[in-house]
Amino acid sequence: MLFGKTIAALSLTTALVMPMIGAIPAAYAETPPNMLVVAHRIDDLISLDPQEMFEFSGTDYANSVYQTLVDYDDLDFSKGFGPSIASSWEISEDGKTYTFKIAEGLKFASGNPVTAKDVEFSLRRAILLKKTPSFILTQFGFTEENLDETLVAKDDSTFVLVSDKKYAPSFVLNCMTSAIASIVDSKLVMEHEVDGDLGNAWLKTNSAGSGAFKLTSWKPNESLTIEANPNFSEGAPAMKRVIIRHIPESASQRLLLEKGDVDIARNLTPEDVAGLSGNEDVKVLTDMRGRIMYISMNQSDEILSNPKVVEAIKYLIDYEGMADSFLKGQYVVHQAFLPLSYLGELQDKPFKLDIEKAKALLAEAGYADGFDVEFIVRTEQDRLDIAQALQNNFAQVGINASIVQGTGKETLGKYRARDFQIYVGAWGPDYPDPQTNADTFTHNPDNSIEAKLTGKLAWRNAWAAEGFTERTEAAVQESDTAKRAEMYVQLQKDFQKEAPFAIMFQKTEQNGLGASVEGYSMGAAITGSYYGKVTK
Amino acid sequence: MTSVNITPEARRRSAASPFARRTKRFGAALFSILATLFGLLFVTFLIARVMPIDPVLAVVGERASNEIYEAAYKQLGLDKPLVVQFLYYVRDVVTGDFGMSTLTARPVLQDIARVFPATLELATLATIIGVALGIPAGVIAAVHEGRWQDQILRFIGLFGYSMPIFWIGLIGLLVFYGKLGWVGGPGRLDIYYVDIVPSITGMILIDSLIARDWTIFWNAVSHIILPASILGYYSLAYISRMTRSFMLEQLGQEYITTARVKGLSETKVIWRHALGNVMIPLITVIVLSYATLLEGSVLTEVIFAWPGLGNYITNALLSADMNAVLGGTVIVGLVFVGLNLLSDILYKFVDPRAR
Repeated sequence: MLFGKTIAALSLTTALVMPMIGAIPAAYAETPPNMLVVAHRIDDLISLDPQEMFEFSGTDYANSVYQTLVDYDDLDFSKGFGPSIASSWEISEDGKTYTFKIAEGLKFASGNPVTAKDVEFSLRRAILLKKTPSFILTQFGFTEENLDETLVAKDDSTFVLVSDKKYAPSFVLNCMTSAIASIVDSKLVMEHEVDGDLGNAWLKTNSAGSGAFKLTSWKPNESLTIEANPNFSEGAPAMKRVIIRHIPESASQRLLLEKGDVDIARNLTPEDVAGLSGNEDVKVLTDMRGRIMYISMNQSDEILSNPKVVEAIKYLIDYEGMADSFLKGQYVVHQAFLPLSYLGELQDKPFKLDIEKAKALLAEAGYADGFDVEFIVRTEQDRLDIAQALQNNFAQVGINASIVQGTGKETLGKYRARDFQIYVGAWGPDYPDPQTNADTFTHNPDNSIEAKLTGKLAWRNAWAAEGFTERTEAAVQESDTAKRAEMYVQLQKDFQKEAPFAIMFQKTEQNGLGASVEGYSMGAAITGSYYGKVTK
Repeated sequence: MTSVNITPEARRRSAASPFARRTKRFGAALFSILATLFGLLFVTFLIARVMPIDPVLAVVGERASNEIYEAAYKQLGLDKPLVVQFLYYVRDVVTGDFGMSTLTARPVLQDIARVFPATLELATLATIIGVALGIPAGVIAAVHEGRWQDQILRFIGLFGYSMPIFWIGLIGLLVFYGKLGWVGGPGRLDIYYVDIVPSITGMILIDSLIARDWTIFWNAVSHIILPASILGYYSLAYISRMTRSFMLEQLGQEYITTARVKGLSETKVIWRHALGNVMIPLITVIVLSYATLLEGSVLTEVIFAWPGLGNYITNALLSADMNAVLGGTVIVGLVFVGLNLLSDILYKFVDPRAR
């Protein structure tokens, strides 16, 4: 029978393939006890050189591999910065000279001792390399020319930093906790210098730190493996190895987590997080992130520069409604320009959707019948959703809003050129100090179009920020940290009333963890994740 | 016997030595390959330059100051005229320098050498599965044209061809990895086995065999079997459909009837004579399907976190890593040209008329 034979032939070929499926040893159900496996989208990582990188994954890496002069307690950010490589520090009377004592007995992963010379080398390197995040340090007046006077190792255990003017010590020291201020092993790095690049090419793919871990391998878009640094001053971490696997898909991450093949899943969608509820082998950790969502109104527009109109618009936003629907699990309502968990955070939420109040305000402003207005929005799902929700609410008071979408480059171009009416935006802090957002939202020393202060959002919105500019400058110089925090609280309260910005949401992030994983820190809005204290 | 007018041209041609003829043919083939690759370089280069993403921003980030931006702009050679940029690029490519990837900070060629074996391994296994199941399926369908066997096989083929690979991949992971636990999850190995076996070919199945590490070999099998089966199903659908139609054509031919009349068994008639003739056009089909899989079965690689060429080029594209995009495209082009050449050679090997 032909059919019988063909079936036999088919079965034979099938037989070549099928037993492989049946005979495979089942995948191991859990990761080894001293190894942490993390599923994370790490395609933003483009360099592992701490004086160059400026991405989220980069900050995570720097936290685990490098130490800084001062640092946070990763399990309690409310304590603020404390000693790390520097065991203590003194600030001169005029507030410009910081003298750091380097802790004794610290070693790099290479075995080389950590000295003040390494601190000098690392901070100078940040200035000399001129990479994107260098502004975090150059804002204290360090330039290529004055390094011999401003960043100096007096001896092996004393390092002196001299700023161009008096700043709040909390501002200076907060900036010293950021990734760019990581201290690298000068001896090891300079052994790999090529053509005066200060070891940049080598350090992009190697590590030279004194943190909890050292780099084992980095396969871009594939995996990042770090292993315990036996020389770490706080004692080698419990996890001998941490492997971060690039798994872009949330559904895949969730599956791996549920199967026990990974211990932490970093990029879960709200749907996948909801799907994990009821699974006793898994827990979900939620933490704040620094990203702020806002809308802003261009003050060179005649209608939008009317304070009553600005106020009305703040009452036309359904903050809770959006946070509870399409933004659920990704953003929470937040109405101040400093992210929660920053020094000087403000929790007040004075605005909520109030159509009647908005109508009354518009009538007072002389726009009882509404007006036409245009939103510019980057083509990105959550921003478009926000713009559409706003459009609906605006329509209820007769404001006819049209939405103009564009790529990031297009909308940013218009925004920076002040060529728009209403911008739907997002802003993330650059370093862990309130000055980062205060400088951009409330500081505008010259509102003229020629000034081109495009880095400042106040300027982009043609908002003169009168009164605010001076107060921002005062706050960044206030030595008393508690008083400084209070200055930001007041600044934000007034900003809520007067500024042409409606801050709406703050980013939250949810990570899925194996039930036994403890001691993992997501870093809040302040910094990146930290794996050094994880046990399981 | 009729007389034939032989043109001088034809006489000259026939007089040329076989060596000269072969050299000329080789020269023509080489020229066409080079022209194809040059065209490919030109088009991809142009597309890369007019795309609305900024390669400089990809390097320095959105917050960079103007000074840093300008420095990177110059460093990437973007300040030069487009023609000059293109000529420089061609010069570099010819000398085997595809530039540095901004995403990985390594030479593009080194990156591709690292990711290509992963794709090669996956595509090869998928093609083996596709051929091993697709050809018999096509033959059976043709022999039973119009009957239930045919209907079922055609349905299976159509299903495989029309379902989005993305969806089948996720469902496959959910069922075979998530629920049943028969296969390994995303990635090429369970993570703790990575980097244990020395990388010789870059293909883990082969490297673990060389190292005689059976644990790793089976672990690699457990990871590759699902994506390879899903891709294999996809190529099966195509191969079986083509086999069926080629076979139908052959089964209607006179020589088949002759063979049957001569008393040859049905098995011999179908599997040797008819299939033998079908193999020739099928080679092109198989090679094309293989080339498509090698080109990077992008979505499958993304779903299965498979660190192959498709994943590499996609990531490069999303990050405006233009050297990597160009390098990857050229390699894909080379693979296509190479496989086409291979299919021509095989064709001549199998079909005496083509010699």
